[in-house]
Amino acid sequence: MSFRFASLALAFSITALVSVASAEERSIVVASTTSTQDSGLFGYLLPIFKAKTGIEVKVIAQGTGQALDTARRGDADVVFVHAKAQEEKFLAEGFGVKRFDVMYNDFVLIGPKSDPAGVKGKDIETALKTIQAKGAPFVSRGDRSGTHSAELALWRQAGVDIGASKGPWYREIGQGMGAALNTAAAMNGYVLSDRGTWLSFRNRGDLDIVVQGDKRLFNQYGVMLVNPAKHPTVKQQLGQAFIDWIISPEGQASIAGYKIDGQQLFFPDAEKKGS
Amino acid sequence: MSDEFSALQLILDGDAALFAIVKLSLAVSLSAVVLAAVIGMPLGALLGLSRFRGRSLLVVLLNSLMGLPPVVVGLAVYLLLSRSGPLGTFGILFTPTAMVIAQTILIVPIIAAPTRQTVEDLWVEYRDELTAMDVGPAGRMATLLWDARFSLVTALLAGFGRAAAEVGAVMIVGGNIDGFTRTMTTAVALETSKGNLPLALGLGLILVTIVIAINAAAWGTRIWSERQVG
Repeated sequence: MSFRFASLALAFSITALVSVASAEERSIVVASTTSTQDSGLFGYLLPIFKAKTGIEVKVIAQGTGQALDTARRGDADVVFVHAKAQEEKFLAEGFGVKRFDVMYNDFVLIGPKSDPAGVKGKDIETALKTIQAKGAPFVSRGDRSGTHSAELALWRQAGVDIGASKGPWYREIGQGMGAALNTAAAMNGYVLSDRGTWLSFRNRGDLDIVVQGDKRLFNQYGVMLVNPAKHPTVKQQLGQAFIDWIISPEGQASIAGYKIDGQQLFFPDAEKKGS
Repeated sequence: MSDEFSALQLILDGDAALFAIVKLSLAVSLSAVVLAAVIGMPLGALLGLSRFRGRSLLVVLLNSLMGLPPVVVGLAVYLLLSRSGPLGTFGILFTPTAMVIAQTILIVPIIAAPTRQTVEDLWVEYRDELTAMDVGPAGRMATLLWDARFSLVTALLAGFGRAAAEVGAVMIVGGNIDGFTRTMTTAVALETSKGNLPLALGLGLILVTIVIAINAAAWGTRIWSERQVG
C-alpha cells in the first residue's frame, strides 16, 4: 500500500519545500507580542503593507521578553514589542540598531462585574493594594511579557512587594494575554490586560473593565531593527522598509484605522527621530 | 455570523485560509510519517533481528522514546536550527521544513518500536525457512518487513496520529506564522487564546474528522490489498 501513499506524501512535502524557497525572497520575520496578534492588529495591517511593497511579514507572536530573546539569537529581523526598559537593555547590548516609538494603547484592570474586592473606579494603586489586602484572585501573565513587566511595575508603585506577598490568590500562569483572560474568566479573577486584546476578546464570561484611564496604565509600543553587525543574516533593507512604513504617515494612519465595534485599539505616536 | 456556526461557515464558504491550514497540516505530518518510516522501519527491523550486548537496554530506550514530549523535541530542534545554533546557517527555523524535521524525530520511535516487536515475533516463525534458504541479513529484514506490512500500517497510523495531533513542537519551531506555518493545532491554540472558543472547537472537529478520514482510507486500502494477496 505504502508506495502510492509515500509518493503522494513526498509530492506534498516537495510542494511545501518549494513554496518555502519561493517565499524566502521578499519576506521578513518580525518577533512581536501576543497582544498585537491576539487583538487582530497584524491581520489588518500586514495585507496593507504587502499590497504596497510586496514584502511578506511573518509574525512570531511571543511575550516581549521571549520576542527579544528570539531576536538576540538572530532568528528575527525586526522586533515590535512593548516594554521600554527591556527594549533599552536590548539596544544597550548592541542587538538593536535604533528604537522608534510606533503607537500606544493603555492597560485596563479587568475583574468580575460583581467586583468582590470593591475596586471599581479607583485609581490603579489603590485597586491593587485592595486586591492584595483582600486576597481577591488575581491572574498574572508570569511570562516576562510587556504586560507582565507593566504589572510588576504597578505592584511596586502601589508599594506591594509581590515577591513576598504572593499567596494562593496570586496565580502566575506563564502564558499569553488571551490565555490569562480565559483563566480570569474561568475563576472570576482580576487581571491586567492591554485594551486591544480585551476589546477583541470573545470569551468574557462575567468580566468587565474595573479600572481604566489612569496615567500609569499607559502602554507604549516600539519597533527596532535587529543589528546586522551582530547577526549578518538579518534582512536589513526589507526590515528597514517595514519600520519606515510603519512610522510613516501612511502606516500611522493605517494603525489608527484599525477598529473593533467602532473603537480604535491603538493610537499612533511615532516621531521619526528614534532613540 | 454567530460564533457557533463560524467554523462550519468557513468550510461551506470554501475559506481559502482554512484550506491552506489544512493542506499545510497534512503536508507536514504526512512528510514526517514518510521520512520516519524510511528511518524507523529498517531501524526497528535491524534491532529486532540483531543480538548484541546491551540490546535490551536499547529496546527499553526505544520503547520509552515513544513518549517523547513534543515540546521537548521542539525545543531541541529550535536550539539546533536557530541562527545561533549549530545548524543555523541553513536558515530553516520558522519554516515548514523545520516542522517536518521536528515531527520526524518525534515519530521515528513510534514507528520503530512496534516494527521491532512485529519483526521479532515474525522471526520466530520464519527463522528455519530463512536460515535454510541462506538469506543474508538485508534480505531477512526486507522479507520480514514485507510480510509484516499489514501490521506495520498500524504503526504508521500511530505515527501520523501523533504528528497531526501535536502542537508543542510545531508551535516552537514553526512559530505559528499566519499563512506560512500555521497548522490546525496551532490555529486551535491561537483561537483559544483569542477567546474564540466556538471557532477553536470547530477547527478541532475538522481536524478530528480529517484524521478519521485518513484512518478509514488506510483501513480500506488494507482490506483491499489483503484481498488482492488472497
